[in-house]
Amino acid sequence: MSWKTVDTTGWGRAHCTSGEVARPERALQLKRLLATAPVPAFGMRRSYGDAALTSDARSLDMTRLDRVLSFDDTSGVVHVEAGLPIGDLGRMFAAKGWIPPVMPGTGFATIGGCIANDVHGKNHHVVGSFGQHVTEITLIQGDKTRVITPKDAGIFQATVGGLGQTGVIASAKIQMAPCKGDLMVLTERRIDNLDEFFVAFDDSSADYTVGWIDATAKGANLGRGVLEESEITSGVNPGSGKSKSVPFNAPRWALSAPIVRLFNEMYFRRVPASGRTSVKPITDPFFPLDAIHNWNRLYGKNGFNQFQCVVPLEATNCLRIMLERISASGLASPLAVLKKMGAGRAGYMSFPMEGYTLAVDFPNRGSAEYLVRELTDLAREAGGRIYFAKDGLAQAKQIAGMYPEQKAWQQEVAKADPERAMETDLVRRLQLRGAPAAPKFPETSLSAKDQGESA
Amino acid sequence: MSKASQNETWIILGATSSMARAFARDVAARGATLLVCGRDMDDLASTAQDCLARGAKMAEPCAFDARDTSSFAPIIERATSEDGVINCAVFVGSMPTQDAIDAEPDLINGTVQDNFTGPATFLQMLAPELESRGSGTVVGVGSVAGDRGRIGNYVYGSAKSGFATYLSGLRNRLTRAGGHVVTVKPGFVDTAMTWDVEGMFLVAAPEKVASDIMKAVTKKKNVIYTPFFWRYIMLIIRHIPEFIFKKMSI
Ligand SMILES: Cc1cc2nc3c(=O)[nH]c(=O)nc-3n(C[C@H](O)[C@H](O)[C@H](O)COP(=O)(O)OP(=O)(O)OC[C@H]3O[C@@H](n4cnc5c(N)ncnc54)[C@H](O)[C@@H]3O)c2cc1C
Repeated sequence: MSWKTVDTTGWGRAHCTSGEVARPERALQLKRLLATAPVPAFGMRRSYGDAALTSDARSLDMTRLDRVLSFDDTSGVVHVEAGLPIGDLGRMFAAKGWIPPVMPGTGFATIGGCIANDVHGKNHHVVGSFGQHVTEITLIQGDKTRVITPKDAGIFQATVGGLGQTGVIASAKIQMAPCKGDLMVLTERRIDNLDEFFVAFDDSSADYTVGWIDATAKGANLGRGVLEESEITSGVNPGSGKSKSVPFNAPRWALSAPIVRLFNEMYFRRVPASGRTSVKPITDPFFPLDAIHNWNRLYGKNGFNQFQCVVPLEATNCLRIMLERISASGLASPLAVLKKMGAGRAGYMSFPMEGYTLAVDFPNRGSAEYLVRELTDLAREAGGRIYFAKDGLAQAKQIAGMYPEQKAWQQEVAKADPERAMETDLVRRLQLRGAPAAPKFPETSLSAKDQGESA
Repeated sequence: MSKASQNETWIILGATSSMARAFARDVAARGATLLVCGRDMDDLASTAQDCLARGAKMAEPCAFDARDTSSFAPIIERATSEDGVINCAVFVGSMPTQDAIDAEPDLINGTVQDNFTGPATFLQMLAPELESRGSGTVVGVGSVAGDRGRIGNYVYGSAKSGFATYLSGLRNRLTRAGGHVVTVKPGFVDTAMTWDVEGMFLVAAPEKVASDIMKAVTKKKNVIYTPFFWRYIMLIIRHIPEFIFKKMSI
C-alpha cells in the first residue's frame, strides 16, 4: 500500500496542510498499515477547521472502506465500515423502514467522523447524540484490534466524541430507528425575534426542529428567522433531482454585507407570514446544502470559519449579546442556525449539553477571527462550550474548563496512544491532550544559555 | 437505477477492485444475483454483504485467481445453477511498473495472465453456456493503454490490447447467438492502482466509470471509452505517425 503527498483543507478551506496519505481499500490493508505505525484517520473532511488535518505527518483516508457488513432486519442493527457516508446509509435503508437515528446536516459525513465527533441532528432533543446509538466499535490501535461496546466504560466514552485519539475506527454497529417511509413533511414558519424563537422551541412537538437565523437583523428584529419542523412520513420518494455544483471560487463581493442582508431578507420573506407545509424526499430537509456540491467555494479562495457553541438554557442573554455583536460586525453569512439541544451525549468530549446551540459562518477575513474569539469567550463565561468539528480559531487557554470530563478523556487516551501518534492539528492547537511533552533535556539548553550570558 | 427486467446473474471477476465494487453496487440496485470473485475472501464476503444491503437478490463470494485456471469451473457451475440471463464483468488486472518489468522480465507472464489470458480462458469456458441460453452480456474492462504501446507501460498495454482483440472476436461469436460483449476502455481512474502514480490528469471516480459501463450494457454499446473524452484523446494518440510517436514519451 502506498503513500502519496496530498494537499488538503478542512471544509471551511481556511486551513490547509500537506502530508502523506494512504487510502486502504480493504480491511486487511488497513490492518497492515496501522501495524507498521499508528497514524490518524479521517473521513470526508467535513469538519470545518483542522480536526481532520495532520500537518507534515501521515494519515489515512478511510473513504474507500465504505461497505455495509451486515444487517439484522429484526433488530435493526447494522454493521458498517467506518468510511460509509451517513447519507448513503439513510438512502439505502429508508425504503426498508429503517433510518440512522441521528444525522448531521451533511450526508457526506462518514460513520467514523460521526462517532469521532459524536454528532447531533435536528432531533437531538428527542434521541440524543449519534454515539448513543452505537452498540459496538471495532478499533485498531497499532497492531491490536479491539472490539468495544458501551459496557467497556472508559475506552468507549473516550472513543465516542474522542476526535480519533484512541485509535482508528474500522467499523461500527449502529442501532437503526424504525421509520414509516422515506418522505418528510416540512413545516416552516417565520419567527420575528429571539424571544419568539425560545418560545417556539418550547412549544414545538416535532421530532426534527431547527431554526434558521437572520444574523444580520438588528434591534427589534434581532434573532428573527424561520423555524423548520419536520416529521418522517410514508409515501413514495419522487426521486431527487440532479445536484448542482459550484465550479469555481466566488468573488469577494458575493458574500459582502449588503448582499447577505438582501439574501436574508428574501429568505425570510420566502416563507409566507402564515407559514407553509411541504413534502420532500427524506434527504432534502436533512441535507439541504448537499444539493450544491462544493458550496464551500462560495466563500472565495480564502475560505471561511464556522463558530458553533452551545450555552445552557438560562444563558439566553448571552445569545442575545452574541447576536448583537455578530449583526453589528456586518460579517455574518446567510448560514446561521439556532437549535435547542437536549442533554444527550455519549463521550467524555462530546459537544452536546442541554441548552441552545448557535452556529454561524464567517468569511475568513479581517476582523472575523477576533469576533470568533470573542464569541468563544462569551460561550465559556456563560458555562457553554464550542464544537471541535467546526472550530479552527480558538486558542488553548480559551477552551479550558469547557469540557468537564477532559481529564478522564486524557487518561484513557494516554493509555490508548501513549506515543501521541494520533494527534491531529486541532488536538495540538488546543492542547487537548495536555501541553506537548517538554523537550528531552530542557536543562541543557537552559544552562547553555546561562553560560552564554555569563561569559 | 433501472430494475432488471428478468432474472439475471452477474459474475464479477476481480471484485476487490474499486471499479468492480462500484459496478457491483449498480448491479445490486437492479435486484440481480451476484457472484463476486477474487482472491481476498474476507473482502469479497464484505462486498457481498454490501450488495445485499443495496438490493441484490443474492450475493456470494467466490474464489477466483486469474493465474489458476482450476478456480474457474466451480464459478461457472455455480452461475449455471441459476435460471435466467448470465452476465460476466471482467475487472481483473495488474500493472507492475515498467521499471519493475525491466528489472525482472519474467513479470511479463503474470501480467499477461492477469490482464489477458486468465480472463480470456474463463470467458472461453463460459461462452458455450451463454450461447445455449441465447443471451448474456460480457463486459471486458481493458484500458486506453491498450490502444498504443508507450514507453511508460507497454507490457501492461500489450496485455490489455490482446484482451481487447479477444473481446472483439468474442463479440463476433456471441452476437450471432443472442449475446453481447462490451469493451470498456477507461482512462485514468482514481483507484489503488493509480493512487501514487505521478502525472495523472482528468482522473475519474470509479462510480462514474461504473455508471458509464451500466449505460453501455443497457444500450448494447460495443466499445466505450470512459469518461467519454478519452475517445478523442486516444483518437489523436493513435493517429500520430509512428516516426514521430517513437520519439515521444507520453
Ligand atoms: C454542511 C455541514 C453540516 C453539518 N451539520 C452538522 C450537524 O448538524 N451536527 C453535527 O454534529 N455536525 C455537523 N457537521 C459536522 C460534521 O458532521 C462533522 O465534522 C463530522 O465529523 C464529519 O465527518 P467526516 O467523515 O467528514 O469526518 P472528518 O471531518 O474527516 O473527521 C472528523 C474527526 O473524526 C476523526 N475520524 C474520522 N474518521 C475516523 C475513523 N475511521 N477512525 C477514527 N477517527 C476518525 C478525524 O480524525 C477527526 O478528528 C456539519 C458539517 C457540514 C459540512
